[in-house]
Amino acid sequence: MGELLLIFVSAMLITNFTLFYFLGLCPFLGVSKKVETALRMGAANIFVMVITSLVASFLNLYVLPHAPYLRIISFIVVIASLVQIVEMTIKKISPALFRELGIYLPLITTNCAILGLAVFQTGRGYTFVDGLFYALGGGLGLTLALVLMASLREQTELSDVPAVARNMGLVLILAGTLSLAFMGFSGLFTS
Amino acid sequence: MKQTTPQQDFIRGIWKENPVLIQLLGLCPTLAVTNTVLNALAMAGATTFVLVGSSLLVSSLKKFIPQEVRISTYILIIATFVTIVDMVLQALVPEIHKALGAFIALIVVNCIILGRQEAFASKRPVGRSLLDALGTAVGFTIAMFMMGAFRELLGYGTLFAGTPLAWAPFGEGYEPWVVMISPPGGFFTLGFILLFLGWWEERKAKKREIRHWPHSVQIPVGREEAA
Repeated sequence: MGELLLIFVSAMLITNFTLFYFLGLCPFLGVSKKVETALRMGAANIFVMVITSLVASFLNLYVLPHAPYLRIISFIVVIASLVQIVEMTIKKISPALFRELGIYLPLITTNCAILGLAVFQTGRGYTFVDGLFYALGGGLGLTLALVLMASLREQTELSDVPAVARNMGLVLILAGTLSLAFMGFSGLFTS
Repeated sequence: MKQTTPQQDFIRGIWKENPVLIQLLGLCPTLAVTNTVLNALAMAGATTFVLVGSSLLVSSLKKFIPQEVRISTYILIIATFVTIVDMVLQALVPEIHKALGAFIALIVVNCIILGRQEAFASKRPVGRSLLDALGTAVGFTIAMFMMGAFRELLGYGTLFAGTPLAWAPFGEGYEPWVVMISPPGGFFTLGFILLFLGWWEERKAKKREIRHWPHSVQIPVGREEAA
């Protein structure tokens, strides 16, 4: 249990997908203008990451030992088609949920964080349960980073920033500061 | 679609529509593997190969790719080239393969590559697509080099470490600025570059304005603000 908690917390805070590995920067910079949208994007991300983790565990067990050269291709194809199926299912079963997540689901498929999750999980040899905790922690960490960023940007919208900083420059400096703050978590576990 | 000359196809991606600095695409590799010049250039090389290869293939197969499944087809083509790069790097330069790690596999989801297929290679002849891919790749390489040089210089106090060109401009006594090679440094470096570009654009716009109204040349307000 302790090991699972370690995986969960370190995926969420210490090796945060966005702020430590720079994965999923497109939504981090693109959909972080409002806290509400950021939350929805985060929720959609957690959802897809958990599915991806399950699929990656399955592929690692049954397919990749026989054909290791198919690693990259099989991950991306299976993840993309599965997300498509999930999207169609949600649309059919719960149109309300689809409207909440809908636009973001296809966007997420080509999000680096998703493929990154599958690749990292494979590289570290995580089991099925390990992977699930890793995906949950990673997804929550991503949501945390998104929401923090959106809150910071909502504040800067209202303040009088110099004209040169009105492009993405300021956002990246903010992201750097956030990342610096998250580096403080690296002392959380001492082994 | 606007008609362009072959020269424009090539040059556009280098600066005016630079994929990283202007369009802000493909930021994951730009920030993650630019802690040294060597890593940055290796990543740029791998991306160039994948971009040029997929553009050529997509452009020559565009008549056979059905409209409905085009994105999945592009991704499959890109993933194939990435697998080739992954294996070649692992066989030839294992140290670099290790340093880049998972980020080689992540070239598949680099938006620059998919973007060029969808926006250009799927509609244009093979030769033009090659030029476009090469121009975009040069633009990407320039951005990667800028990031890598800046971060390595401040973070390690060296340039081109790991190559025969290795050079330590600050000498032995330099105290490395460690934060530049750690993740926040990536954000800060790109942030500073973008701020500088914003300042540069603003200054250019102001100069243009002054030229349009010759009377205002006498008033040095613009210069004071820029300084």
